[in-house]
Amino acid sequence: MNTKYKPAIHFNDVTYTINDNVILKRITGSFPEGKITTLVGPSGAGKTTLLKLCNHLISAGSGEIYIKDKAIEQYEPVELRKLVGMALQSAPMVEGTVFENLSLPLSLQGEKLDPKEAEELLEDVGLGKEYLHRSSTDLSGGQRQKVSIARTLVNRPKVLLLDEITSSLDFASLHEIEELISKINQKYGTTIIWITHNLKQALLIGNYTWVMMDGEVIETGESSLLESPVNEKVRRFVKGEAE
Amino acid sequence: MTYLTLSITLIFVVIPLVLSKTLRLGLEKDTIVATVRSIIQLLAVGFILKFVFDSDSLIYIFLMVTLMIIVATHNAKRKGASIKGITWKVGLTLVLIEVLTQSILLGFQITPPTAQYIISISGMVIGNSMVLAILFLNRFTSEIEAHQEQTELVLSLGGTPKQAIHSQLIKSIKASMIPTIESQKTVGLVQLPGMMSGQIIAGADPIQAVQFQLLIMFLLLTTAAVTSTMLGFLSYPTLFNNRMQLLKNR
Repeated sequence: MNTKYKPAIHFNDVTYTINDNVILKRITGSFPEGKITTLVGPSGAGKTTLLKLCNHLISAGSGEIYIKDKAIEQYEPVELRKLVGMALQSAPMVEGTVFENLSLPLSLQGEKLDPKEAEELLEDVGLGKEYLHRSSTDLSGGQRQKVSIARTLVNRPKVLLLDEITSSLDFASLHEIEELISKINQKYGTTIIWITHNLKQALLIGNYTWVMMDGEVIETGESSLLESPVNEKVRRFVKGEAE
Repeated sequence: MTYLTLSITLIFVVIPLVLSKTLRLGLEKDTIVATVRSIIQLLAVGFILKFVFDSDSLIYIFLMVTLMIIVATHNAKRKGASIKGITWKVGLTLVLIEVLTQSILLGFQITPPTAQYIISISGMVIGNSMVLAILFLNRFTSEIEAHQEQTELVLSLGGTPKQAIHSQLIKSIKASMIPTIESQKTVGLVQLPGMMSGQIIAGADPIQAVQFQLLIMFLLLTTAAVTSTMLGFLSYPTLFNNRMQLLKNR
């Protein structure tokens, strides 16, 4: 699929098992560079596992993963994780202020974040500079997600992995985050891989969509596939009958 | 104290037994087992110590201390069963504590190099170190489980395993050291240490007993700090592989 675009990440026959349970079965496919690909599917389909493989938080049991045409094992872990950033579903914060959270990626490398840059990052995610010195414990769910995304952006990743970042947000915050991700994608040409349970969101935001079930990729293509899926299982899932 | 008067002290065992029976606590069997075991174990140790003290042989001292370290290691390692190689890590920590404390005590001639001193102090140091190791491992494994997402967050942002586990490691080291520090803050005000009380009852000069107790307390501070720190820094690398991934099956 997506042969007209250069792949940012390519999976070749990737299987992942844990304690004899097959979580991902023979996954093959590419995530096009500079595009937004949404991952949809019922809980337990293996979507988060797939993202963790991309960030190399876990390794595949068999098969190969290529990041920008280079085998994932050939990257230094730190170099790879700066290249492929990840925002987690629960947006975990470290103790301290928003600025300390934004500084985390650089402080891990022994560097300091310029407060001006921190303000710009906050502005990018739709938060004012007054949030900079606010404690991370005082943030709402939506604000935490925005800070989490901004923190991931500090490393200027070429690929951004988003794990259900809008699942617990109200409509207004959800809309803001959708706009923000589209803006990041367009402004920096960042490749986005976004897990979502919201099929409307997948259709609206995604250029491409992977539908996953039981550790397998059932159907892939342009996100419009969700309007008229070919696969019967996907058709039932889209109708809300499969989950 | 005669064996007759010692047997009268069993009244203090009968009281909890009666309470347990009356309140249906179900602790009668455990209380009896604990009493019988403590009588057998302590009497056995008493006879062994008498033999070792009388012989004053370095080999017996070495064997006694080695036995203490083996038993303490076996006891502590169960709390860290999920950490790879925990037996040698706990064992090495206890050996280091023993070598460090005895080197200082004997090197500066603080205590004489006799079985009486070496074995008694080793027992306190190793015993305390074992309890601290259990406290530390208990807390550390809970922290890792509870904050797995925090660890993965730091790794996902390009942090090293040491950076990813730093906060959990520090919290666990502090948590295991706090009881030792806190108990020392109130010593003499709230409780009189058992060893000091024992010396005073045995007829020792209270000031001498206090001096010796202070020595033991300072030793235990070092024991607390070194045990948890060393065990922490020996343990955390085995939680990760060389690709900087947090291992699920540790």
